[in-house]
Amino acid sequence: MSANEKQPLLVIEDLWVQVEDKTILKGIDLTVNYGEVHAIMGPNGSGKSTLANVLAGREGYEVTRGKVTYKGRDLLAMPPEERAREGIFLAFQYPVEIPGVNNIYFLKAAVNAVRKHRGLPELDAMDFLELVKEKMAQMKVREEMLYRAVNEGFSGGEKKRNEILQMALLEPTLAILDEIDSGLDIDALRDVADGVNALRGPDRSFIMVTHYQRLLHYIEPDHIHVLAYGEVIRSGDRTLAHELEERGYGWLLEEAGMDAQGAGAP
Amino acid sequence: MSSAEDPLDRLVKSEYKAGFVTDIEEESLPPGLDEDVIRFISAKKGEPDWLLEWRLAAFREWQKMTEPHWAHVHYPPIDYQAISYWAAPKRPEDRPQSLDEVDPELLETFEKLGIPLHERAALAGVAVDAVFDSVSVATTFKEKLAEHGIIFCPLSEAVREHPELVRKYLGKVVPPTDNFFAALNSAVFSEGSFVYIPKGVRCPMELSTYFRINAASTGQFERTLIIADEDSYVSYLEGCTAPMRDENQLHAAVVELIAERGAHIKYSTVQNWYPGDAEGRGGIYNFVTKRGLCQGEHSKISWTQVETGSVITWKYPSCILRGDHSVGEFYSVAISNLRQQADTGTKMIHIGKHTSSTIISKGISAGHGSNAYRGLVKVMDGAEGARNFTQCDSLLMGDTCSAHTFPYIEVRNPSAQVEHEATTSKISEDQLFYCRTRGLDPEEAVSLIVNGFCKEVINELPMEFAVEAQKLLGVSLEGAVG
Ligand SMILES: Nc1ncnc2c1ncn2[C@@H]1O[C@H](COP(=O)(O)OP(=O)(O)OP(=O)(O)O)[C@@H](O)[C@H]1O
Ligand SMILES: [Mg+2]
Repeated sequence: MSANEKQPLLVIEDLWVQVEDKTILKGIDLTVNYGEVHAIMGPNGSGKSTLANVLAGREGYEVTRGKVTYKGRDLLAMPPEERAREGIFLAFQYPVEIPGVNNIYFLKAAVNAVRKHRGLPELDAMDFLELVKEKMAQMKVREEMLYRAVNEGFSGGEKKRNEILQMALLEPTLAILDEIDSGLDIDALRDVADGVNALRGPDRSFIMVTHYQRLLHYIEPDHIHVLAYGEVIRSGDRTLAHELEERGYGWLLEEAGMDAQGAGAP
Repeated sequence: MSSAEDPLDRLVKSEYKAGFVTDIEEESLPPGLDEDVIRFISAKKGEPDWLLEWRLAAFREWQKMTEPHWAHVHYPPIDYQAISYWAAPKRPEDRPQSLDEVDPELLETFEKLGIPLHERAALAGVAVDAVFDSVSVATTFKEKLAEHGIIFCPLSEAVREHPELVRKYLGKVVPPTDNFFAALNSAVFSEGSFVYIPKGVRCPMELSTYFRINAASTGQFERTLIIADEDSYVSYLEGCTAPMRDENQLHAAVVELIAERGAHIKYSTVQNWYPGDAEGRGGIYNFVTKRGLCQGEHSKISWTQVETGSVITWKYPSCILRGDHSVGEFYSVAISNLRQQADTGTKMIHIGKHTSSTIISKGISAGHGSNAYRGLVKVMDGAEGARNFTQCDSLLMGDTCSAHTFPYIEVRNPSAQVEHEATTSKISEDQLFYCRTRGLDPEEAVSLIVNGFCKEVINELPMEFAVEAQKLLGVSLEGAVG
């Protein structure tokens, strides 16, 4: 049993976020304890990726109210790279291509940036290659992808696998996975889920954004939250996912007094 | 992260690491240019009469010429009478006989720049000619190269020791009256390197020259001549730095390359002259004429340049493809940050049959920099089956910089194939953010993205220098992102 268990890792309190004068998140409250897996579901455009981006530190999102505490520190005061070095990892819904930069070179730079921060010696090319090969085998990523430019020309599924590989290499404390399951075939979904499950442990937490019950079948969450119009309208345990699968979001929206049409964009 | 400031907007001055001044006793001419100055330089070098006459003829032509202003660069008029045309470290009349006789202060200067002149400490496999202001201070590995019949020495020495070669080739590729700056150089050139690779010899090491402008108010006018005889190969690299000074300094060099049948010359430049400060004070005016002649069949000349310094760059390393099946290549990275302005590119003149050329140009603009690619592809009547491929990419960082492309294509032979591709992109916030979420700080992220953008060019540099160049790219853009 970990000393961390049931200790809060991330505490979001009354978080309001605006983009270009448009309010997208409207008073989010969410606590993620060490070792927990939280799933966030909700209609298109409801603010799921916005939340993920704000947690990772993307510029252009204005926090107009509320606070976020991570490991007891004010998360919003930290630049993105510091958050990463402190263990926050965002797997992107749409991973970016970086032409001309070898994936392996990129991965090594990232791993060493994080290791340096953690007071560990930087890995040389040989040691890194050994490490990355081990993780690739675990995550079922083809070795050939190491020598291609970062995400350039990767298929949708390959990009997602590459994100998971990065997660495995960086060993985050809080992994935020934004639709890691979208665009994956059945086998890939299972591989990715296996990869995530292998990393689960009492000192690591996950926030998974997804539209599908199927992912939650492979990676069983401790909590599920439904986000609509920038608000959490329902939280529950994994049984909520089954209910959503059967009934959709309409009934929840109605209960919350929201218009079921185009639930993302007021 | 509550600040919504655009990370690409912020620009602070990047630090120029080679900007120190060496405190050394120098002998220099007062500013001004007339025939006496030219006679003085020629006498200092102990030159034969024919060369003095050659200089004087160039000078007389230069006086009739006007400075060209077609390039996309803007700078106040240059007062050619306010420049000193000669500066040299004081030392005995004769060149030092060995490295031990070289002024320790000078050796230290080059050490500081990362250029060890002691052969035992030198980079394995690189021979160096070090030029400090108007003179060469040391050339390494000369004896070893001589075993292969290779000549690698300061041009002034070549004039004395190998007059027949110098006389045969000097000004053959870039005639003294080619253009305003070339004419000025022909009149007052001070130092430079001379290379001759005999028939069938593959030069066993990289040759390189390092140019350092030290003295104030001095111009640097070096002249390099490289001759690769039939079926030979040489890879040559030049590097340049200068102290940080508030006034502008003029650098007007000429480089001539001649590749005979089957010869291959690979010429690489890492140019890091002082770029001036964020307000545009100081910096080197870099007006350079570089041209190679592919004289024989199946000869090849490859130019690779990484241009990170200078406040003004006006430079078009070119190839005249005379021999049938000859090949010309131009790979370029040019950075304009701060108030730097670069107008650079190449000319590929296809004369021989089945000649081919490749142009890969990567321009990076940041700060208030302006970057122009200017390239001419000319296919003459007789150039059956000539081919050219040009790719010209611009990368913009921020909103206050600019990129321009001026491609000129003249095709007089219908069998020619000429392809031109151009792209302009911005370092995207998405790319930066992605790197930062993986723990890289903004500087590392930019350096990584820029190096990726330039990869095809960096890959052309000799291994020993590619790493240096990559670091330099990062340093030159330091502060370009907040
Ligand atoms: N940079 C931006 N500029 C303007 N609007 C934005 C920006 N980012 C997000 N939005 C808007 O905020 C809302 C929430 O977007 P977000 O991407 O967070 O939704 P999501 O819940 O992840 O949706 P999906 O399920 O489709 O991925 C949308 O209406 C979107 O158009
Ligand atoms: Mg989304």
